[in-house]
Parts: sequence; structure tokens; C-alpha cells
Amino acid sequence: MSLDLHTSGLRAEGLSLGYAERPVISELSLDLPRGEMTAILGPNGCGKSTLLRAMARLLEPAAGRVTLDGQDIHRRDTRALAREMAILPQAPIAPEGITVADLVKRGRTPWRGLFTPWRAEDASACAEALAAVQMTAFAERPLGELSGGQRQRAWIALVLAQAAPLLLLDEPTTYLDLVHQIDVLALLRRRNREAGITVISVLHDLNLAARFSDRLVLLGRDGLVATGAPWEVLTADNLQTAFGLAARVDPDPVTGTPMIIPL
Amino acid sequence: MIRLLGLCALLALALVLALSVGARPVTPAVALEALRAYDPTNPDHVTMMAIRLPRLAAGLIAGGALGIAGTVMQVMTRNPLADPGILGVNSGAAFALLIGATVFGTAGESSVALLTFPGAALASALVFVLGGGLRGDVGPVRLTLAGAALNALLLSLVTAIVLVRQDTLDMFRFWVAGSLTQADSRPLAEMALIAGAGGLFALAIAPQIEALSLGSALSRGLGTKPRRVQAAALAVVTLCTGAAVAVAGPIAFLGLMVPPLARLVAGHALRQELVASALLGAALLLFADTLGRVVMPPAEVRAGIMTALIGGPVFLWVARRLRPGASA
Repeated sequence: MSLDLHTSGLRAEGLSLGYAERPVISELSLDLPRGEMTAILGPNGCGKSTLLRAMARLLEPAAGRVTLDGQDIHRRDTRALAREMAILPQAPIAPEGITVADLVKRGRTPWRGLFTPWRAEDASACAEALAAVQMTAFAERPLGELSGGQRQRAWIALVLAQAAPLLLLDEPTTYLDLVHQIDVLALLRRRNREAGITVISVLHDLNLAARFSDRLVLLGRDGLVATGAPWEVLTADNLQTAFGLAARVDPDPVTGTPMIIPL
Repeated sequence: MIRLLGLCALLALALVLALSVGARPVTPAVALEALRAYDPTNPDHVTMMAIRLPRLAAGLIAGGALGIAGTVMQVMTRNPLADPGILGVNSGAAFALLIGATVFGTAGESSVALLTFPGAALASALVFVLGGGLRGDVGPVRLTLAGAALNALLLSLVTAIVLVRQDTLDMFRFWVAGSLTQADSRPLAEMALIAGAGGLFALAIAPQIEALSLGSALSRGLGTKPRRVQAAALAVVTLCTGAAVAVAGPIAFLGLMVPPLARLVAGHALRQELVASALLGAALLLFADTLGRVVMPPAEVRAGIMTALIGGPVFLWVARRLRPGASA
């Protein structure tokens, strides 16, 4: 084991979120090393999104801190941090009639200065992001004319164009049908494997999360239930604690990952 | 790029017409001659230097500034119907003008006109504060409500003043339609500087305003500080609309109709949109002013009335093109 105290990656230390009298999350500690694909799971209202927002410095902690490579993210310059981590919130707003290409360009915001013109590296980052989500052919189409799955891919292209090695996504598969959910998760998995991007997302579907993640973070109403590899986290006991769900966990016959069968 | 050049050509046409057309037609050749070798005994030259050029300058300043202010306002609030006037700039200017006229008299209107810019700036600063700007949660709805409230208050005070003083009423009636006719007595150079500064500032922060229009969470994720960007954008709107109202009075509809037209030309890339809005705003105001000189001679229709007459139909056309629910 290395003796390095500064863990490489995103880390929550004694994190409490929400109001003092009614904390949503209290005293949570978590270690999310670089290079992994992590899913945050749990029942509605357990604070999954709150935790993700705090890890993305969108929410000031009531106590404790979030560090990236050992540094408190709330004390860092927000623009410099935006070059290292990108977040796609749950319901982003698109201006009326904007095309996919113009939307994706906005991902370059942290790289653009007050008087810097649009540079070749900005253009190539956008082109790469569009190619990664297979939306190059749709670049000039207005976002509003696309299907739900294509629209979500366009938003993901925006955060990919931000070119940050760490990507946080708040329920990227909600409102998508099963095919498009798999499509989005497979795409994130590819970016994780091929470009080495750390991906942390809030998900609802336990089976898909198990299938596409290196690490799961399971939250219950009273805080962290378990974290680790899918087989360590998705046990019948943990599901009972987190969701109050009686379930059997069997290996998925195709992928061998845990598969939840509610009883 | 080609489309922007097209707008430049449109503006060039507006410039030529604005210099040539009027009660005393001046050919472009004579206009050029007046610029190069001014002859004070030539009545054409005098018309050019004393009337047409200041009017042209006022049109460029007010039109360009209103185009920029309207685009910043609409992009920031994500509201295609947002008018820079909701910040209370026009009523603030009117109120300051009347206070000035009451205190100093209406005789020195040119010096009283200097008061309109500080009046406009104070009013919009007040709307920003009332709209929650200091606490950092200024949203489009709060801002609109605060603006409507302050507008109502200031306009009722304006009405009270003009009702008791006949001389201010006459001055106010003339001012409130907005026109370029008194350009020679307005602070053109000062306002050109202010509007220019506002325009440059808008170009500088354009990427951050674009990020802001994606919602607060995503824009913070993109490394911007929404509170600061919002304050900066409102400063741009204040500088530009304040400068416009100081040189031309309240010009109706321009800040509302230019941005959607500029977007047709430039798409959703704010820096290009801003350039297009400035060119288009200046061209449209100059066309309106020039047209106002010829529609019912020998009288002139004021530019502010012409922009409303032209702007109404254009605005309806734009509003019909907006498809509700087309955004994601």
C-alpha cells in the first residue's frame, strides 16, 4: 500500500448536507478513486442528488468537506475546477431553437477568456464530443426537434466538450426508455474505458447500475448503507436496509453481474 | 460571416439614405464633399453638418445600443419577449428629465437632457436591488415584477408633475415619443463612449451569459458565478439603454424586435448575435428616421413612432414563428 495521504480522486469527509435541524445527509464519508465508473443508488428522497450536487460544489456543505485530489473543492477557483470536473444536472434548460452544435459549444465556457476568440482546440473538442455520442450528423439540427434519447446525448456531448477528466451526472437516464438508457450508459462506459474519464452518476435502475459500474454507493434513509463493488453492495440484506425491499439477488445470466429479483 | 457582411451592407445603405433624404435632399456626392471640405456658405453643407450628421450619430448610438441591450436581456432571461425597458430605464430617464425641467426650467433642454442617463442608471440599479440582486437570487420573474412596480411608481410621479406644469407637459409630450431630431443638443460623444463600453463589455462576457442561459446549476458547473454574470449583464443593459434614451428618448419596440431578427442571421452564438444586433438596430432606427422624414411632408413622423409602426408587424411575424414547447 502506498502511504500517500492525498487520495487521487473525489472524496467526502464527514459530509453533512441540508439544514442543521433536518440534515439530508449527515456525517458521510466516501472515497471515489479516479478511473472508476460509480453509480449512486437509493430510494427517492434519500439525498442521492443532494450528495452529487455537493460533490460538484453546487451545494455548500453544512459540515465536513469534499476534496478532489486532497484539495477542498469549495475553496478552489470555480473556473479552474470546471476544467477538472463537469456536471450535468437533472433538468438543464436549453434556449429556444438552439442547434446541437451551438449547445455543445457552451461546454467550452471554462476554457474561454474575456477576449479570447473561438480557437481550433475549442472546435476540435466539440467535434470529438459530438463524435463520441454519435451526434455528428445531427449537429445542425435544433435540439427541440430531436428524440429524448438524442437530446440526452447532445447534453452529454456538452459536458464532454468541457474536457474534464471527471464527469458527474444527475439521473442521466431518467425519462428515457430502456433502449436509450442502455445506450447512454454504454456510451458513458466507453468514455470511461477509452478516455479514462471518471464517471459518477445518480441512477435508479439497480440492474443497469450493477451492469455498468465498477463501484456502487447505496444510500438509505439513514445515510450510507454500503459502498464497493456491485456484488458487495447489492445483497439481500442491504436492499432490505436501503429500500425496505425483500429481494433475491442472482447472477445475471448474460453478464454475471448482480440481478435483483423483488420477492 | 457572409450574413454579417450583408448586415454591414444594409447599414451602409441606411447611412447613405439618412444623409441624403429629407426636406432638403442632398446627393451622396455633396454629402461626401461637406465632410471633406466644409463650406459654411453652402446650405447643403450646413444641412449636412448641423442636422444630418448629428442625427446619424444619434441613430447609430441609440439603435446599436438598443440592439445590444435587447439581445443581452432576452438571452439572459431566456424570454423572447423581454424588453430592456423592463429595468425601468425609460421611466427613470423621464422622471429625471422632468425633475430637471422643474428645477432648472425647460429653456435649457440640452443641459436637462444630461440628467436622463443618471436617471436611467439609478432606476435600473434600483430594479436590480428590488429584484433580489443583492441576495443573489434575482430571477427573470422577480426582475420583471420589480421593474413593473418601479415603472408604475415613476410614471405616476411623471404624470403628477406634467399635470401641474404646462411647460413640462409640452416638453414631455415631445420627448416621450423618442426621436433623433434633437440630436445636436444631446450628449452624443459621452453616450457613444458609454454605449461603446457597454458593447465591448457585452462581447467580453458573452460566453458567460451563454452559460447562464442554461440554468443556474449547469452554468455553475461550467465555472461561472451566476450572481456576478447577472450583475454584469444588467450593467451592460443599463449602460446601453441609458445611453440610447439619453440621445433619442424612449424608442419603442427596437430592443424587442432586433434580437429575434439578429438570431435569424447569427444563430445562437452570442458574440455574433451581439454584432448582428448592433448593426441591425442601427440600420433599422436610421431607416425609421429617414422614412419618417418623407411619409407626410412637410411634417416629420418621429423615429420612435416609426419604429413602433414598423416594429408592430415585424414583432407579430416573429411571435408567430416562435413555436411554444419547441425548446428542450
